[in-house]
Amino acid sequence: MTNFSASTFEAVTCPACGLLCDDIHVERDSTGLLKVSDKGCVKSVTFFERAIQTSSPSLGGKTVSLTEAVSKAAEILRGTNQPLFTGLGTEVQGMRSVLSLADKVGATIDHMNAYSSFRNTLVVQNSGWQVTTLTEVRNRVDLLLVIGTNIVSHNPRFFERNVWNKESMFEPDTSTREVVYLGGQNIDTSAGVSPKGAKPKVLPCDLERLPEVVAALRAIVSGKTLIASEIAGIKTSDLESLSERLKAAKYSVVTWVSSDLNIAHAELTIQNITELVIELNAKTRSSGLPLGGSEGDYSVNQTSTWTSGYPVRSRFARKHPEYDPHHFSAEQLLANGEADALLWVSEFNPDKTPPKVSIPKIVIGHANMQASDADVFIPVSTAGIDHTGTMFRVDSSVSLPLGKLRESALPSLGEVMAAIEAAL
Amino acid sequence: MLIKLSGGKVYDPAHQIDGKVMDIYIRDGRIVSRPRDDETIDQTFNLSGKVLMAGAIDMHTHIGGGKVNIARMMLPEDHRADPSVHSELCRSGCGHAAPSTFTTGYRYAEMGYTAAFEPALSPANARQSHLEMGDTPIIDKGGYAMIGSDDYFLRMLTAKKDQNAINDYVAWIMHASQAIGIKVVNPGGISAFKFNQRALDLDEKNVHYQVTPREVLKALSRAVHELGVPHPLHVHGNNLGVPGNMETTLKTMGASEGYPLHLTHIQFHSYGTEGDRKFSSGAAQIAEALNKHKNISADVGQILFNQTVTASGDNMRQFTNSGLASPNKSVIMDIECDSGCGVVPFKYKDKNFVNALQWSIGLEIFLLCDDPWRTFLTTDHPNGAPFTSYPHLIRLLMDKSFRNDMFAKLNLDAQAMSTLTSIDREYSLYEIAIMTRAGAAKLVGLHDRGHLGEGAGADITVYTDNPDREKMFSKPDYVFKDGELVVKDGQVVKVTWGHTHTVKPEFDRGVEKDLKQYFDRYHTMSMENFKVSSDEIAEGGRGGVVVQACEGRRDKSL
Repeated sequence: MTNFSASTFEAVTCPACGLLCDDIHVERDSTGLLKVSDKGCVKSVTFFERAIQTSSPSLGGKTVSLTEAVSKAAEILRGTNQPLFTGLGTEVQGMRSVLSLADKVGATIDHMNAYSSFRNTLVVQNSGWQVTTLTEVRNRVDLLLVIGTNIVSHNPRFFERNVWNKESMFEPDTSTREVVYLGGQNIDTSAGVSPKGAKPKVLPCDLERLPEVVAALRAIVSGKTLIASEIAGIKTSDLESLSERLKAAKYSVVTWVSSDLNIAHAELTIQNITELVIELNAKTRSSGLPLGGSEGDYSVNQTSTWTSGYPVRSRFARKHPEYDPHHFSAEQLLANGEADALLWVSEFNPDKTPPKVSIPKIVIGHANMQASDADVFIPVSTAGIDHTGTMFRVDSSVSLPLGKLRESALPSLGEVMAAIEAAL
Repeated sequence: MLIKLSGGKVYDPAHQIDGKVMDIYIRDGRIVSRPRDDETIDQTFNLSGKVLMAGAIDMHTHIGGGKVNIARMMLPEDHRADPSVHSELCRSGCGHAAPSTFTTGYRYAEMGYTAAFEPALSPANARQSHLEMGDTPIIDKGGYAMIGSDDYFLRMLTAKKDQNAINDYVAWIMHASQAIGIKVVNPGGISAFKFNQRALDLDEKNVHYQVTPREVLKALSRAVHELGVPHPLHVHGNNLGVPGNMETTLKTMGASEGYPLHLTHIQFHSYGTEGDRKFSSGAAQIAEALNKHKNISADVGQILFNQTVTASGDNMRQFTNSGLASPNKSVIMDIECDSGCGVVPFKYKDKNFVNALQWSIGLEIFLLCDDPWRTFLTTDHPNGAPFTSYPHLIRLLMDKSFRNDMFAKLNLDAQAMSTLTSIDREYSLYEIAIMTRAGAAKLVGLHDRGHLGEGAGADITVYTDNPDREKMFSKPDYVFKDGELVVKDGQVVKVTWGHTHTVKPEFDRGVEKDLKQYFDRYHTMSMENFKVSSDEIAEGGRGGVVVQACEGRRDKSL
């Protein structure tokens, strides 16, 4: 890693969360180390500033050549009937190669975040929804209702870029935007304080009781009168006044982060959120906005959907894609002994390691990943740092190119998957 | 490689060839003139008795982009019934209303289509459209960039920017989104919906921008014309699906003040308000007006009975239609101060009065429009029906008794409201070749496609002449794509990557100064990332970008 000179990049796209901020300044030193010099956040700093470790392909912890590792991976996959490809921390181009191999070997595919993304997907497949995208929020939102999350632990720059932005096309003074937090206890609401110091309205409740609160709010928005005077510690009158404010707003945005809704059947609560948004649209404008996103989850689902017709939790075992959001969860398949080989992918994050399994394990991961217990470990380069790529934002509508900031001796995921496919 | 297609009956309307038996020669992917006698022919296909046409071109089909993928994601139940298996050559996938990309490419090719154009490529979502089309094998593709409700453009109209500035912006959009045409959907209406307007007629003002759809149409149709873009402004009018909208459509024809317009899925815009149910056919008046206005072309957007899904940029109308969703679910989106989308599954039923009349209205328009060079065969896939139903539609157009048999099954009240059975016209093979080949290529601006003249790309389809036109057009004997045999007996035998067709009109690069400022102030992505590069489209050895000539329509209709 000596073949480059120091350099500064001024508009780098960061794949570390679903916002894909593309204004990040990154400096590169002559050894290839990166430093976020402006517009950073805790996630982008962690992502870009990770020290590079040298690592080599290995078989059971023993260093081998890439060719040997690829050929061993192909041998494992040749001998399986129900291989499981999961983790899938990658972007569009990587996922294209994963899908090609999965189709060939009849694999089941799942993403490490699927437990959470399905809380949203099931709503789309059951009732649909009415949603918006980040630039619309930035220019139009006048009331932001945040449900069951602080947003910023997932999307640190959300408020800076989309709520407290200095200028907007339709709101002369963005600091008058209203923010309301509903649900959860001890939520950090500091990001919701306006630049002029106006504090957000906070209506806390235990997360487990959020389903009741959201159902009550939907009922009130729909014109029902509640007999109860409080729900989960929130006064009905507070929910009524929230309903009035939502109805009075010109463009309210109601947001949630599915991975924070760790409650049974969270999809039903999300559906109550999205149905109340639809109800509001009878008279005024309102939109949902699912936030969060990490490890390429949105990119993987989009790519899978156009390629096979289905998001992840689909399988190719019968030569055509099949989909089942419950039976094809990686966790379940492994627990039930329904997979006979595991291929784990995580190119962005060395800390996203595969589960412990007793079946053959192929790990294609970030160079810093500890994977000495894998039958095959192949370290790969990272899209957005070592090679170009394409990624979808959390609003699903916008995708951005990921740049190459330095040379890497490691192969990309796409190259490794193509090599395995060729070696079958 | 020199290939001879020997003795086929050729239909090549671009050269006025109507069923003449002749030989066609292909060298290295292109059609060439008869070689010298001493040249070796590498391969000969004996096509005596067969019908030979250029590969078909679908000039309006939703095959790639955000709303199509939402439709796929939303309808797993629709995919389950139509799995497409992995083979030595082909990737697996699924079909029906919103097929997966690989299956889309194979099935188009297996029907003799060699090109398809995504008509609603939202610039903010252009990268996704190209990614999906990039995973659509064999066929060529391209997209029409959808503007007219984007805030940048509406701000220009409000600020009364001159036409040159608008032209520069339109050209910039075409470059940025790698488009071959410009489309406008519910002109100004997608924006109006964001300001809580629920309807917008041709002369009604967007409450914020104080501009009317008529002004949008005029500025854009003129821009497209002045830039020399071959494809006229592609218009999805205001008031889609609304009874009585034929009046809006008739007025829209005049709104461009003589500049060319293409009115898309005109069937959905040809409704009157007569009869007990205040819903009637406007086909006769619409066809009469189309026959008269030589600067206007239209594709029909025929509906056919079955489950499908409607996917449109028109979120204003789709929000209203969501009440009719079957199954009962829909996705409505506002997108990036750029556009919107609405995805609503639909089941058209022949016993339903409105659906039955929609079916008749589409066919009446086909049959009453005199000029197949200005009338195009579409179902607005998947909005009226999936593209795989084209062979059935062709039979309806070519076979009067079949058509009347189908008509007899319709809702009786709808039958009573339609003049369809009084129309004797049957389309000829020559006219089908105009609508689906020569005319489509000319309309889109594909100078080297849709015909069999020297120098054309060798996209060729060979059929067995069969009086059952549905059978004939379902399963061609051979399909050649750029001279390679890709389909035999209706089955893919070779998988290739098609090209992405674009135009690149000239413009003043100075527009980027203001655009960059706009992106920096208001957007959440940079101007540079908004642009889709040619390298991205060709990623992984996929077909590259072809830049078609941008020199204006070959026959100016003004």
